[in-house]
Amino acid sequence: MGLLDYFRSKPKTASIARQRLELLIAHQHEGGAAPDYLPQMQQDIIEVIRKYVAVSDDAVQINFERTDQCDMLELNVSLGEDDAA
Amino acid sequence: MSKIIVVTSGKGGVGKTTTSASIASGLAKRGHKTCVIDFDVGLRNLDLIMGCERRVVYDFINLINGESKLNQTLIRDKRVKDLYILPASQTRDKDALTKEGVAKVLDELKSEGFEYVVCDSPAGIEAGALMALYFADEAIIVTNPEVSSVRDSDRILGILQSRSKRAEDGGEPVVEHLLITRYDPERVEKGQMLSIDDVSELLSVELIGVIPESKDVLEASNAGMPVILSEDSNAAQAYDDSIARLLGEQRPMRFTQVQKKGLLGRLFG
Ligand SMILES: Nc1ncnc2c1ncn2[C@@H]1O[C@H](COP(=O)(O)OP(=O)(O)O)[C@@H](O)[C@H]1O
Ligand SMILES: [Mg+2]
Repeated sequence: MGLLDYFRSKPKTASIARQRLELLIAHQHEGGAAPDYLPQMQQDIIEVIRKYVAVSDDAVQINFERTDQCDMLELNVSLGEDDAA
Repeated sequence: MSKIIVVTSGKGGVGKTTTSASIASGLAKRGHKTCVIDFDVGLRNLDLIMGCERRVVYDFINLINGESKLNQTLIRDKRVKDLYILPASQTRDKDALTKEGVAKVLDELKSEGFEYVVCDSPAGIEAGALMALYFADEAIIVTNPEVSSVRDSDRILGILQSRSKRAEDGGEPVVEHLLITRYDPERVEKGQMLSIDDVSELLSVELIGVIPESKDVLEASNAGMPVILSEDSNAAQAYDDSIARLLGEQRPMRFTQVQKKGLLGRLFG
């Protein structure tokens, strides 16, 4: 390493890469992929919500998580800013 | 007994074809009768890297379809005895590669006494790549020290473990080897590139070799010669070490440390 490098101490990009990959790979290994029905279910839930409130296509976020004990669905619905107040 | 080795990676452009050509040549140079197959139907390249592009008459798909015989289709290498190349088809579409067809060709190679069949996989995780890895006994996962290559290698490892014939039959798993290519120790030392430890810990696969970034690879491909035959090149020696390890020898890693510079170099490098 050159003398000049001692005076610039940015975080090293290689360690950022490693951290990002650790997360990604852990995610890729999470008990295989999410179930096939997820996208369709997401669409159906949006349709149900639309009977009551006008929401955008990305209003419903679904996360699937598989742990040793159980499988979990995390559902986030955002109703848009207008309705908030 | 013939052993089927797939050279795969998920990502394109990481060095699969370079590696297939050198590993096959190195095995044959050691006296093992070896065939290297180009599975990249539609984008044939191995013939160029092996320098036999003008000798292609029939191809893999002709052979599968029974339009040519094995001895008409295999190209015998002019430099290395015991080395044969099976070129991909340039024109047919990928659906022509069927499991039955590939199995038939592999069986024929086996009965012709081939000890090693090296399968050069296309990029991606679709039909061609699946076909290249399906019958594998061993896999060489070619990975560059770079985020997208590492992620794709992890994906292809998952596929090897679930969709290869060995996985489907529920027998012994495919033996996996990690080959890191285009490694630049100087950039690693500066913290600009993932290190050998980073990559092998992330993928948790046994390391079979590290091929340094080398200008000789391009020059060898310009000349249509597998780089392993440029014997004084670092890349060639690193490939030779990797083959020795593949065959069970112990060899220390080389070309993985920065060459020590003089005082001036250290101050201003
Ligand atoms: N060790 C290396 N050093 C420098 N360049 C390399 C090295 N290995 C491969 N390359 C270059 O990378 C490019 C892609 O290589 P190739 O073997 O065709 O990859 P793939 O078959 O995975 O698509 C080629 O231009 C090749 O010359
Ligand atoms: Mg290739």
